[in-house]
Formats: sequence, structure tokens, C-alpha cells
Amino acid sequence: MHIIESGNVAAASGVKLAKVQVIAAYPITPQTPLTEKLSEFVDSGEMDAQYIPVESEHSALAVCIAASSAGTRAFTATSANGLLYMHEQLQWAAGARLPIVMCVVNRGIGAPWTVWNDHQDSISQRDTGWIQLYCCDHQQIIDTVLQAFYLAETVSVPVMVCYDGYILSHTYMPFDIPEQTDVDRFLPPFSPAYALDPKQPANLNTVTLPDVRPDVRGDVAPGYMEIRHNLHMDMRAAITVAADIDRKFEDIFGRGGNPFIEPYRCDDADFVAICLGSLSYHLRDVVDILREEGIPVGVMGLRLYRPFPNQAVRNALSSRKAVIVFEKALSYGNQGALYGDIKSALYTADNRPIVHNYILGLGGREIKTHHLEKALRESCTAPDAIGDTPVWIGLKM
Amino acid sequence: MNQKTIEIRWHGRGGQGAITAAKIIANAAFLSGYGGVVMAPTFGTERRGAPVLTSLKISKQKIYDLSPITEPDMVVVLDHLIVKEVNVISGLKPGGLIVINSPKRPEDFRFEDFRVATADVTHLAVEAGLPPGVVNTGIIGAFAKASGLIGMDILIPAILAEFKGKRPRRNAKAAQITFENTLMGGLP
Repeated sequence: MHIIESGNVAAASGVKLAKVQVIAAYPITPQTPLTEKLSEFVDSGEMDAQYIPVESEHSALAVCIAASSAGTRAFTATSANGLLYMHEQLQWAAGARLPIVMCVVNRGIGAPWTVWNDHQDSISQRDTGWIQLYCCDHQQIIDTVLQAFYLAETVSVPVMVCYDGYILSHTYMPFDIPEQTDVDRFLPPFSPAYALDPKQPANLNTVTLPDVRPDVRGDVAPGYMEIRHNLHMDMRAAITVAADIDRKFEDIFGRGGNPFIEPYRCDDADFVAICLGSLSYHLRDVVDILREEGIPVGVMGLRLYRPFPNQAVRNALSSRKAVIVFEKALSYGNQGALYGDIKSALYTADNRPIVHNYILGLGGREIKTHHLEKALRESCTAPDAIGDTPVWIGLKM
Repeated sequence: MNQKTIEIRWHGRGGQGAITAAKIIANAAFLSGYGGVVMAPTFGTERRGAPVLTSLKISKQKIYDLSPITEPDMVVVLDHLIVKEVNVISGLKPGGLIVINSPKRPEDFRFEDFRVATADVTHLAVEAGLPPGVVNTGIIGAFAKASGLIGMDILIPAILAEFKGKRPRRNAKAAQITFENTLMGGLP
């Protein structure tokens, strides 16, 4: 059934369909309407879940860690400084291998205070051991929430579902709400390998010595480094799992086919723009304009940011003349984080393209089609004239 | 590129229900075969009583540009006093349409190059049995008449659905009698 609603309602609808059992969240703009909707679902009995109000984001994730450790499907959501306040618990959730799903409604971070969109919040958490998926529209938000639980529970790694604050969260557009029976066919109930049980008390994630050692049964138990190596290897394996899940989703719902990168007019493109989130859809309009002028350009939206799909990126981008990375975040003092990742993936390519980096839209600075058009045209017509440092779009001073 | 996107900017006051009105139009447009519908409130400055904006884009194809409207085809004004506070015709395309809730006649407004439609929604809504100040359903009737974009046969059920449990029939009636009492001006 198609409805016209906000991106936050799309996310909440996905959480409801996923039959989440525990929700703990602290409201923060622009995430607030998502948690309000979930609390309505729980209050009205439409959702059979525990909604646990908390006094902070740190506690929100701590509650989810406890709920997930006890073997329930847990969900939280936040934005910006709320996500930063979770930072310690983020790493704990990943290290403890808990399949929590969290929506990050992307917002710029303070100081100075802002409530508007950019990607600095989730990008700044890229090395916490969470999987990161990015959405371009409401359909992808609801679909990705469902896929995220499957992915998280298959590889025992928590997942962030990231979507643009305001631009998607507060904008209304049509999207299809899947049938519960189809969702139940797609997403099996969470069956944890181990769950905390008061009848069988246990210590979890206690001090772990640098080296391996025999455990109480005399078996060799992994040390800290083995446990962390497992996390890394399972993150890498998540790339293949994500592709499998995408296929299963497409079989049932008819949507999918691009689990890592969503291309638009790229088949014969010498020049390819690439970015995260709704911006890649906006760039489709720009690609159409430049195509009418005969410029062979296309755009790709990167859906999976962590783990980074190096092979897919290399296959998609090597042999192009130029790759143009548009980013709403940066690694201060260096360059855009995605720009660095893309260049790294292309280092071993046989034919390395020129790579450009544009920084734009920070703190909700409006992104105009003609700004994108000017930047992309310059990159396509004089690729050698642009250097290795980020070029800022829309700076007024 | 969506060359045929119809862009409608809504001017109201915080709390007046411009977003709800635009959402009802969005739903009705989708049901009328416009597969691409995007309604985006302008964010961050909403305060009760202060002038607010909402962007509504309607197209047969999917809409990819979610940025606020800067060159609308139509402008809808829920309170004629806003005209004195905000440049409501900013960026309006030549020949564009302005729909205003006002007791005045279209020719009383002097907008060069634009078509003006007026309806006294504030009074008509009271006539329909709504409390004073509820104008967001009445303005839908004025918009339907002036734009010719979506039929009342689709808008009335959309209003009834949106206002389920909140005086649905009176809200629908406000839209209907406003539709019948909207004054259309020509190009000057």
C-alpha cells in the first residue's frame, strides 16, 4: 500500500514491521517525530514492544545493549550530538557483537549549534565497528530498516541506517508499506546464539588479557586481539551477506539489485559523481542537464559505507576519466572521508581515474541544482585543472 | 530532469495548518496520477503566528530535487496580511497564479504579470460551521477552483480522511463552498 508520509514515519513503519521488542530513545531534532511515532505505536497496542524512556542517548544505547544481550530485537535512533554522546556505548555494542539497529537522522554537529543536515555525525563514528547504510528516499528508508535487522542478526554486528535530516526526515513523499506477511517471510524472528538469563548468571566482556589463555574448561580462549580480529573479519563478510539479503529482498518485494552502489546513467560515463544519501538523487537531475549537452556523465549513490565495498567501488570506477566525490562531511585538516576511501580503493586499479572532492551543504547550507551543475561541469570539462584538495561549494565569505 | 514539475509555494502562519493543506493536496494529486509528489516544509523557523513556508512539487515522474521551491508556478496565501510582511511573489513565474484568502476582490491586488484568485475563506469556513480561524480546508477549495489541477471529487474524500474525528464534514463543506465562491481575476 502506498502512502504519503514523512521519512521519519517511513522509518517508524519499518521498525513496527520488523516487530522490534525493545525501543529506547531520547528525542533530538530531527529524529524526534520518529520516536514519537514509535511511542504512539506502542501506546495504541499496534506494536507489542517495550518503549523505555531514558534521560540521555548514552542511556538509550545502554538499554539497547542490555535488551539485545538478553536476546531481544532492540532499536534506537538519534542525530548529531546525541550520536556523539553515545560514542562509548557504540563501541561497546559493536565489541559485544550485539545486532542493534539504530536510525541516524543525519544532522550537523555543534559547535556552533545547528539542527540542519550534513553527514558529520555518522561519518565521525565510522570506526566504531558499526555497519553504516545510507538512504536516498523514503522507500529506501523503510526497506533498509528491514534489511538492517536481517544483516545485523546474521553477522552479529550493529547497524546504523542513516538518512538526511529534514531533507528526508521531514519531507513527505509516496512510498510503499510492505505487507506484514511478506515481511515475516523475509525477516525471521531474532534467535540469538546466546542470551543473558537470570537463572544462569554470567559475566560478559570482562577484562580480557592481551594473550590467549585456557578458560575454566581448559579450552584455549581468544584474547582481546582475536576477538577484535573476528569483528573485522565478520564486518568484511557482511559485504557478501548484504548482497545475499538484497537478493532475498528483491525476490519478495521486487525492489533491489544495488546493495552497494546505485548507479544512474553510468554505463557509458567517462565521468562519475559519487556521494552518500539523498544528494545522489538530486545529482540525477544535474546529470540529465549535462547529458543534454553531450557530456558523458553519470552518478552513483553509495549505499554501504562501512564495511567499505572496495572491490565493488574499484569495479564501478576504474577506467573512468574522473570520479567526483561530493561530501557533506570532512576529516578536518585533511579531506573528505569518502574521498580518502574512494582514492584508497582505486589505488590498485589498472587505470586510475582522476578523483575530485567537493565539500557542500554543511549545517544545512542549501544545495542548489545550479551549484552542483557548475561544479560537475568544471570537473568534466577540465579535470586536470582541479587539484587534490577539497573544493568548497556555496561558500559566501 | 523533471521539466514538467508543478511547483506550489504555500504561505501561512505557524499553526494555521498550511502543511496539512499541502499534504491533503499531495495525497489527492498522487491519487490523480501524479506519481511524483514532494511536500517539504521549510525548516527550523516554525513559530505559532509567524509567517511559514511549505513547498509542494507535483509531477508525473519521480522528483529527485528536494530543495525548497524558488521559482513557483503558483503561490497560495492563507492570510492576506502576510502579503504585507513577506514578498509572496518572490520568484513566481510570469503568468503565475496567486490564490489568496482575502475578503477583497482579485482586482484589488496589484500584481503585474500574475493571475490572482481570492476567496473569503475566513468567513466561508465559519459559514460551514468551523470555529473562527480554521482556514486550511477552505483554501483547498479555492486552490482547486483557481488551479484546475485536482478535482473536488478526489479532494473531498482526502479531506474527510485527514480530518477523521476532527469535524470532517464541516471541513469538507468549507472546501466545497469556498470552491463555489472563489473569484478569478485575469492577467492585468
